[in-house]
Amino acid sequence: MTAPPPRKRMLTDPQVTPDPAPGFETGSGKPLVSMRAVSKVFSNGTVALKDMTLDVSRGAFVSLLGPSGCGKSTALRIVAGLGDASSGRLVWHDNGTDEAGSRPEIGFVFQEPTLMPWATVFRNVWLPLRLSGRPRNQSRDEIMDALDMVGLANFADAYPRELSGGMRMRVSIARALVTRPKLLLMDEPFAALDEISRFRLNDDLLHLWERFHWTVIFVTHSVFESVYLSQRIVVMAARPGRVVEDMRIDAPYPRDAAFRTSPEYGDNCRRVSTALQAAMGASAA
Amino acid sequence: MTTTEINPTQRPVDDAGAPARTRPLGERILRAAVPVAMLALLVVAWQIYVTANDVPHYILPSPARIAGAFVTDWPVLLTALGVTVRITLLALAIALVGGVLLAIVMAQSRWVELALYPYAVILQVTPIVAIAPLILIYAPTTQSALLICAWIVAFFPILSNTTQGLRSTDHNLLNLFELYGANRWQTLIFLKIPSALPYFLTGLRIAGGLALIAAVVAEFAAGTAGAGSGLAFRLLESQYRLNIPRLFAALVLLSVTGIIIYFITSLISHLLLRNWHESAVRREN
Repeated sequence: MTAPPPRKRMLTDPQVTPDPAPGFETGSGKPLVSMRAVSKVFSNGTVALKDMTLDVSRGAFVSLLGPSGCGKSTALRIVAGLGDASSGRLVWHDNGTDEAGSRPEIGFVFQEPTLMPWATVFRNVWLPLRLSGRPRNQSRDEIMDALDMVGLANFADAYPRELSGGMRMRVSIARALVTRPKLLLMDEPFAALDEISRFRLNDDLLHLWERFHWTVIFVTHSVFESVYLSQRIVVMAARPGRVVEDMRIDAPYPRDAAFRTSPEYGDNCRRVSTALQAAMGASAA
Repeated sequence: MTTTEINPTQRPVDDAGAPARTRPLGERILRAAVPVAMLALLVVAWQIYVTANDVPHYILPSPARIAGAFVTDWPVLLTALGVTVRITLLALAIALVGGVLLAIVMAQSRWVELALYPYAVILQVTPIVAIAPLILIYAPTTQSALLICAWIVAFFPILSNTTQGLRSTDHNLLNLFELYGANRWQTLIFLKIPSALPYFLTGLRIAGGLALIAAVVAEFAAGTAGAGSGLAFRLLESQYRLNIPRLFAALVLLSVTGIIIYFITSLISHLLLRNWHESAVRREN
């Protein structure tokens, strides 16, 4: 499998149009969601996000990478519908055309597992279905499927406090998957885990993504994690939060432990790292 | 998805993977025996002191005399106990329902909270002994006055703790509920009320003890004016008549009642929280 040469685009470069060329990403090439000049100003005057324009293709695995305060989580929350943009538009293409549609089913994974401690694993995963009015016995199959995907089918009756940090995060992922979402939004989901658990969850997440091909937007501050997982990395800078670079990682999937030690991985990490350094320099200025 | 970090056949009990242990039988017997032996020792020392020094029974009655008072005055004491317990439990029940409902209303509307909370605080900080005479004037019967006094005191801990609990909901979980389109009632019932439960139970434990204290204080304030036949009234009456053994017997009954109320509220708390809350989970390390 020959990978095309990496392409780099500076959004700050006036000669480049902000919209990616067709087929820029792998996946169908058709966007699922487009952010058009989205800005977010908090009530205290902080510009969390300034004119962010981004098309995310169907089935793509996109990471938002940047230092803290670069607006990556803010962008994710706006896509999720948690808080509105101060200006700009969010366009959904849920019918596969360029026509504006409605927000599809979304799964959201927070940095913390965010489980209800008083509820069993089963009831935690049931929550999204329960809130849409689905009774327990009609949800059982979906819940057990979701638990099966994350390898916790035997822990349906356990309480969150009985589980390790990695297992709690798996429950959180199962809960995000139980509605069979088209779009999975992940806000630094593995940041609080130890490296071994993180590697394992990265691998498991990639396996699931290769199997189901949901669209994933993954927020992280780890160069290594973003290179390992993504097809595309959007590098952001802080003060104000903005996109400074949009990079493609062309390494083929499946990616595994061999990829982690390959020169290709190292090269990509170096490239993204340089871009991140530049972004942080831009933030300080 | 493979999960090798866990053994799916064995439900983990704690981080170390050790099964939950019950205390060894010998230790459990000792835990019950030590307090009983201590109590017996104190009673015997008391009896010996009174007998050896020939202390008059109107100064300090011996345990044997107090036991005698229990036997001879049992009908009077039992009726009095019934009256006090009835007032305490009724006040607690009304405080419980009222406190929880008001807390829920306050959690739903900031304006209601602003309007009502100051009065709840005023009622709480004004000493009940100071308000009791007024209540005795306004209330239709002495019994209802006693009930109002006990209710005022028991009401506040439940209200303030439940309000605090309803406000302390995990923000990430609130975001999650918003993301899945939960309405106000779903958020209240599935999220806010369960997260407020430990706070409410703390309030209930405090209120249980305070309701008894307030019932006794109110009876004292009512004094001989009331058609009082509660334990506190009998206690006062015994004092006037220098029937000190009966006074002690009434005192013992009050203590035992308080202990039982505390035990029951603690048990309720334990049963409701044992599966998930840190306060009810025994540390395993």
